[in-house]
Amino acid sequence: MSLSSKDKAAVKALWAKLSKSADDIGADALGRMFQVYPSTKTYFSHWNDLSIGSGPVKKHGKTVMGGVGLAVANIDDLVKGLFELSEKHAFELRVDPANFRILTHCLLVVVASKFPADFTPEAHVAFDKFLAAVSLALSEKYR
Amino acid sequence: MVEWSDQERSIINSIFASLDYEDIGPKALSRCLIVYPWTQRYFGGFGNLYNAEAIKTNPMIAAHGIKVLHGLDRAVKNMDNIKATYAELSVMHSEKLHIDPDNFKLLADCLTIVIAAKMGTAFTADIQAAFQKFLSVVVNALGRQYH
Repeated sequence: MSLSSKDKAAVKALWAKLSKSADDIGADALGRMFQVYPSTKTYFSHWNDLSIGSGPVKKHGKTVMGGVGLAVANIDDLVKGLFELSEKHAFELRVDPANFRILTHCLLVVVASKFPADFTPEAHVAFDKFLAAVSLALSEKYR
Repeated sequence: MVEWSDQERSIINSIFASLDYEDIGPKALSRCLIVYPWTQRYFGGFGNLYNAEAIKTNPMIAAHGIKVLHGLDRAVKNMDNIKATYAELSVMHSEKLHIDPDNFKLLADCLTIVIAAKMGTAFTADIQAAFQKFLSVVVNALGRQYH
């Protein structure tokens, strides 16, 4: 299920509309994820506040979306472009890759709620494929 | 036995009370067929599914989307016994329709996203949590009689 040129164009077009709100989207998606999927909180036991709108959640949402933006910019070679993030996730963070799908779903829900007109089924399939490819690139060095 | 808080019951009832079945049903099913094209395997007799535009304007798909969405009504009315409520439908999906139960989750995800698009910022994390819990219980019940 690799990205066609049509997929890449759709992702870039959607990102152009989303990028100004990237920080909000990231914070909303993360906060939502912790509430809807409590098992994901296990990776953040060192934070004092995982509630929606909290400082740590906002800050980390921004970090995560920075990664998504980096992926969009490197959409033609995600494995190469996300090399350092991939190493970080493999050797330092060791987040179970099942969680990438969970965060992807929360991101899609937030994008749908904030940009209903832009998040057409066509944009949805391209973005879902893209985030799946990003997840794959991030888990590239796991084993 | 699934435990439902008063808040969760209220959220589920509220969503379905104000649900526009004729709008949401077709949107959810067509989105599923577009985003996860392999699900089209179950719709061989439904006419033109050649591209996204064809799927979105297909009247048979629209009618079926409404039917499937109304299928959730019995779960809303029997939240304390969804498992038994869907026993017969589960057998049907397994023995007659031969649908891979993984597909139930795909449709549930698309329905969540369509509802999120409709409700916008009103689709809070609390509401998402309750709605997804409800859908996962239904999905589980539908897959239960497979053997």
